[in-house]
Amino acid sequence: MSAVVAEHDHHDHEHEHHGPEKGILRWIITTNHKDIGTLYLLFALVMFFVGGTMALVIRAELFEPGLQFVDPNFFNSMTTMHALVMVFGAVMPAFVGLANWQIPMMIGAPDMALPRMNNMSFWMLVAGVLLIASTLFMEGGAPAAGWTFYPPLVMQTGKAFPFAIFAVHLLGVSSIMGAINIIATIFNMRAPGMTLMKMPLFVWTWLITAFLLIAIMPVFAGAVTMLLTDRFFNTSFFNAAGGGDPVLYQHIFWFFGHPEVYVMILPTFGVASTIIPVFARKPLFGYSSMVYATAAIAFLSFIVWAHHMYSVGLPIAGELYFMYATMLIAIPTGVKVFNWTATMWKGSMTFETPMLFSIAFVVLFTMGGFTGLMMSVAPVDFQYHDTYFIVAHFHYTLVPASIFILMAAGYFWLPKWTGHMYNERIGKLHFWLSVVSVNILFFPQHFLGLAGMPRRIPDYAVQFADWNMVSSIGAFMYGFSQLLFVYIVIDTIKGGTGEKVTDEVWEDASKHGLEWTLPSPPPYHTFTTPPEIIPTEHVG
Amino acid sequence: MKKTKQLLVCLVLMSLGLGSAHADYKLNLMQGVTQLSHELYGLHMLVLWICVFIGIAVFGTMFYSIYHHRKSKGHVAEQFHENTTVEIIWTIIPTLILVGMAVPATKAVIDLDKVQDTEMTIKVTGKQWYWDYEYLDNGVHFESHLDEASEKTHRISTADPRTVANYLLEVDRPLVVPVKKKIRLLFTAADVIHSWWVPDLGWKKDANPGFVNEAWTSVDKPGIYRGQCTELCGRDHGFMPIVVIAMEQAQYDAWVKATLDKQNQPPDLSDEPRAVLMSKGASVYLKNCVACHQIDGKGISGWYPALSGSVKVTGNMDQLIGFIQAGTSKMPAFRKLPDNELAELITYLRNAPELGNNVGDEIQPNAITPKYDDDE
Repeated sequence: MSAVVAEHDHHDHEHEHHGPEKGILRWIITTNHKDIGTLYLLFALVMFFVGGTMALVIRAELFEPGLQFVDPNFFNSMTTMHALVMVFGAVMPAFVGLANWQIPMMIGAPDMALPRMNNMSFWMLVAGVLLIASTLFMEGGAPAAGWTFYPPLVMQTGKAFPFAIFAVHLLGVSSIMGAINIIATIFNMRAPGMTLMKMPLFVWTWLITAFLLIAIMPVFAGAVTMLLTDRFFNTSFFNAAGGGDPVLYQHIFWFFGHPEVYVMILPTFGVASTIIPVFARKPLFGYSSMVYATAAIAFLSFIVWAHHMYSVGLPIAGELYFMYATMLIAIPTGVKVFNWTATMWKGSMTFETPMLFSIAFVVLFTMGGFTGLMMSVAPVDFQYHDTYFIVAHFHYTLVPASIFILMAAGYFWLPKWTGHMYNERIGKLHFWLSVVSVNILFFPQHFLGLAGMPRRIPDYAVQFADWNMVSSIGAFMYGFSQLLFVYIVIDTIKGGTGEKVTDEVWEDASKHGLEWTLPSPPPYHTFTTPPEIIPTEHVG
Repeated sequence: MKKTKQLLVCLVLMSLGLGSAHADYKLNLMQGVTQLSHELYGLHMLVLWICVFIGIAVFGTMFYSIYHHRKSKGHVAEQFHENTTVEIIWTIIPTLILVGMAVPATKAVIDLDKVQDTEMTIKVTGKQWYWDYEYLDNGVHFESHLDEASEKTHRISTADPRTVANYLLEVDRPLVVPVKKKIRLLFTAADVIHSWWVPDLGWKKDANPGFVNEAWTSVDKPGIYRGQCTELCGRDHGFMPIVVIAMEQAQYDAWVKATLDKQNQPPDLSDEPRAVLMSKGASVYLKNCVACHQIDGKGISGWYPALSGSVKVTGNMDQLIGFIQAGTSKMPAFRKLPDNELAELITYLRNAPELGNNVGDEIQPNAITPKYDDDE
């Protein structure tokens, strides 16, 4: 990273009343960024398995042609809920958890700027996710219209309809509060000398992500509120019979939806840019171009939404504009991939588990980017759209990208957070099982989509049977191998290998970030006096 | 470790399969049978090869570095971290590649949009969960449902789909079109959004309720081309396939004449033996009722009421006729059923053992009198 610290503060001034509450109350009323980060991360891990179980229900039903296990409506509920739980319950909270733990330590701040709101946004997230999960037990079942909630279909939802919408409101408020907190922290609480262009890239990507969140969550809330009034108050925003337009909803939704997927990928870029330099023993290549590329991607995300809607009947000028704008995304994304490669080039690499996951991320995310480039070409998207090809595409950009990087972040920072070293052999086993099975799971879905299998169907023509079976086998392998990660987290918290880790944990890590200058584990309160930032020779 | 390597080799081979120009139908996009589908296939292969080429270059560099620049080989890290020249190079080169892609892509978008000078027009209406085809030039108009064999098989969990020909890709009445004729298709929907996709034609188009979309095609050679609905449209989204049969003009003309003759014939209302009423009634039920009320007549709790033992079904017959013809706020009105089909259906509903009903009566087509009057 771009800055090192001369010395960290002394901890002898930390009196007992600064310590955590005792017992369960500590976790409920905590305003400590580390505690809240832990809550977010554990909640996300639980939700990862809840959403994963739903995915396995889907893959079990698709293992063979014919309907074996579930009713088609429940199948549709599973695809809907799997997406909602993974997006709003697993990936987003996991990154907020990382932000809570890392941003104050990375910028030399004692805590988040708004600690009480921090607590509130976590518990509203829990309320929102529990509310949406409760719809599974309501008359008429959970929402089954896809996570996109397209009308008029979503109007056919049973009793769950208003509950799902209120849950979306809660999740939105929670995200906005989290985003405000992150922006306030980064703008106000950096240690002296920590200028914006010296911030670690993880902080940068989260700063940009937070602005995205504040811009888009109200749009989503507005869209679902219009659904609510259409159903209960006789408005006709999306009802053609009353002068509305169902396609209007899609425009509003994707104006939220496209930046939303970048909310899940930009912090991923940040973590990768943090981990790769440490294990290449080299500074990140092209720091400032990474910052500009992230900002460019964030900007582009607002002007490309209708590429999710090429076949909806756009005018030709719209098709062309959205095609050109979407193609542009490849340029800053390419810059990022080239920079990561250049960071590895002529380094002195070692391949601990976090690095393995990060390298797999660069390769597999790039493959997801390639299929994204293919789909940006509007005319060919008339073939790809709503098939398994796109299912393969966005899972490549989410599972071996966001999820892999979350795993990498876990391995990378767990020793810092707990003071214990994880078991490297089991970590590597987890990595190899994951990287092999995730490709068995998702790669064949490219073939299925190109061969003509639509997405969101519970049963399929016999010609699609072979690759579906392969994909399902991969799904179960991937799902069960993630239990190794749970084992490692618990084992590391309890003491891990027993090896006492140093403050740096990884060789020369303190060159790369302030958090490595703190003890492992860091005390409950850190940087109560700001550290002194000394610019290194790497700073551009 | 050996297993892992074998699997990796498998994956590499699979990915090579994707890139091969003469790829199997199961691995790659189909070339299709229209000028548009060929153009899009060419575009698809162009972009795919560009991706493969960039992938080899980037991953090749990365893996070279991973192999050679490792600490265990004693490589000492260099500390360079910036180079404006290379940043500019790897911004400009991708931009040029994108411009190269955008040129043929723009042409294809324009070609897809050429819905002028068509020689005939077919209106396609998506409904939960079947398609309705109306030939605007000659008046041919019919519904196209999933065929009976697939319908029964997917509703009975013990049935084996592999024994059914074209499982889930067969319909009772396919869309018939002449070859080498520029056809305009109009798309709309009656309830929710559907999407009409036949991969061999090269595109899909959404059918939005209350709005009309258009697209065009001209099929090069006779054949049977299959597709499916591609926009999630509810419970039976996976069960509303599309079949297009393209034939020579002469054959097509004969088909139109035969179809129109049949369509304009009044329904045969002569009496039928009970067994015929029951078996034909089962077909009417499979086509019109099974999606909601299910194959066992039990409906779905919280969604669709059961027919088994329902007083509405087994009670007063006149009221039942009126109910089916008028529909409810949730159930469509089935005034479209001719009297003979209605008589068959009602006899079946009241007596079918698989629905759990056994009233022991029947009704003949000519006994049906309109129980529901339009105000016309």
